[in-house]
Amino acid sequence: MTASPHSDPEPVVRFDNVGMRYGRGPEILRDLSFDLPRGSFQFLTGPSGAGKTSLLKLIYLAAKPSRGLISCFGRDVATLPRDELPDLRRRIGVVFQEFRLLNHLSVFDNVSLPLRVAGKKRSEYAEDVAELLAWVGLGDKMSALPPTLSGGEQQRVAIARAVVGQPEILIADEPTGNVDPEMGMRLLRLFAELNKLGTTIVIATHDLQLVRMVDAPVMTLANGHLHIRPPRSQRQREAELREAERRDADDRPTATVPMGPEPSAQDAADDLDDEDPMDAVARAMEMPDEDDTDDGEDRDA
Amino acid sequence: MHDDLPRPPSGGSGRLLPPDAGRDRPLFLVAAILVFLACIAALGARGAWHQAQNWTTELESSLTIQIRPVDGRDTEADTQRAAEIARGMPGVQAATPRTREDALALLTPWLGEGNLPDDLPLPLMVDVELEPRAARDDRVAISDLQARLDAEGMAASVDDHSRWARAVRRAAGTAQTLGLSLLALLTGAAAAVIAFAARASLAARTDVIDALHLCGAEDRFIAGLFQRRFFMLGVKSGLVGALFAALVSIGVSFSQSPADMAFFLPRWAANPFELILLGAAPLLAGLTSALSARLAVASDLRGRW
Repeated sequence: MTASPHSDPEPVVRFDNVGMRYGRGPEILRDLSFDLPRGSFQFLTGPSGAGKTSLLKLIYLAAKPSRGLISCFGRDVATLPRDELPDLRRRIGVVFQEFRLLNHLSVFDNVSLPLRVAGKKRSEYAEDVAELLAWVGLGDKMSALPPTLSGGEQQRVAIARAVVGQPEILIADEPTGNVDPEMGMRLLRLFAELNKLGTTIVIATHDLQLVRMVDAPVMTLANGHLHIRPPRSQRQREAELREAERRDADDRPTATVPMGPEPSAQDAADDLDDEDPMDAVARAMEMPDEDDTDDGEDRDA
Repeated sequence: MHDDLPRPPSGGSGRLLPPDAGRDRPLFLVAAILVFLACIAALGARGAWHQAQNWTTELESSLTIQIRPVDGRDTEADTQRAAEIARGMPGVQAATPRTREDALALLTPWLGEGNLPDDLPLPLMVDVELEPRAARDDRVAISDLQARLDAEGMAASVDDHSRWARAVRRAAGTAQTLGLSLLALLTGAAAAVIAFAARASLAARTDVIDALHLCGAEDRFIAGLFQRRFFMLGVKSGLVGALFAALVSIGVSFSQSPADMAFFLPRWAANPFELILLGAAPLLAGLTSALSARLAVASDLRGRW
């Protein structure tokens, strides 16, 4: 479940020292190295402008890195021929912050787009699409055009479109930004459900409420760098382990350093900010060159 | 909510490429005009070829023997003799000696009636009709005939109208080349306009293209959308253009002076060629439009990623 550097032999997505810049501008993403293991669930947070959307673009194959290696489903994207892109993209579902629905198509047509594009017949998917729309509470709006829907409804259309093709990885950019907390919960349950079925999930969000609800690693982007905080359960486990080791060490002062990441003063801070991943962001923002100050479990990725 | 699932909306799926009235209408007009002009050019080229064919066949299937009046010879008798000789030549169908009255009749339009003295010596003619096939390349027979007439001591000259026919053919050939070049240019212009429009509409609908790409659409799927759309546009403008070309052509052929020098005008002949040409125009326009749209879009898409 961890989004730690290269722990999974066959991750869905692997970043290796990836940097990205637009044109000749400054690098907006620097030295990103992480895996999205198959079936994992993670949040991506960070202040606006930190490059979340760019990072997501790299994952959903809408942009190429300016350096480093990205492999997606085991394919190196740098050498990926254009005609193999569609096949990979069909395995990726994306919910855009601004939805990107086609305003001239009905809700039903918007949601069935990935299936239609994959060459499926309307009769094959009509029932499934209707069922999915009913599930997200849009059963009575199937023939409506997106501009006539509320923001929250459009968001649900976007989510339905992203998941209708049963992608192996689902990327959602602020998927709960426009819905009430109840619908937010419902959508989160949908994501969790998909995750249980084996879908890898990445949710970019500012909603800390949402982040707290799932015991999942949190990737935090700040100043182009990525920090990955392991899930709460793992940190608790590790803290308990360290506690035990400390007690052991007290008993036997000659004991060697335990396996795993070095415990440091930062760990304590980490445990303290358990409830608030934005602290890490705030910390990073206060210290532009934070590379050396942040180690321990908040690995520089 | 799960008990009674709503039914999927009835009816077909919406068009992925939204119609774009602001752009499509002028484009349709331009394409229709180009098809119209192309049809006129093709009909004109065809008409010129057809007309030249008629004229040259007529000219080349006959010879004229001219007997000049010479002192001490009976010109009338010479025409009779020349006609006899001509009839004896291979490939000759008929030879008709023309009398002095015929010669006078030919001069009447220029000199008026009865203005010529009766004793004025006039050159007389023999019309020689050739067998249709023999006409074209029987130059030997012509020199042969000339030699036979010379041997008789007549002041005769044989004219096979070849200078005239050459001139007519050259003019017709020029008109035809012009028509075909115009056709090629117009097709090129139409293809360029369509490619331009397809690119513009691709650029205008990046939202659709991006959404399709992110849903995993292949380039050929997207190119296919544009191809279909521009095929239909080509067919529609082709129909309108061809219809107007047919109307103009019919109008020209019913207007006065059908045998005038304007032989390159598209004259309605209602023969199979014209009908096939006009019938095929919408299809050809559709195919040209579809192909150039597809190539333009495909090359634009290739530039991405």
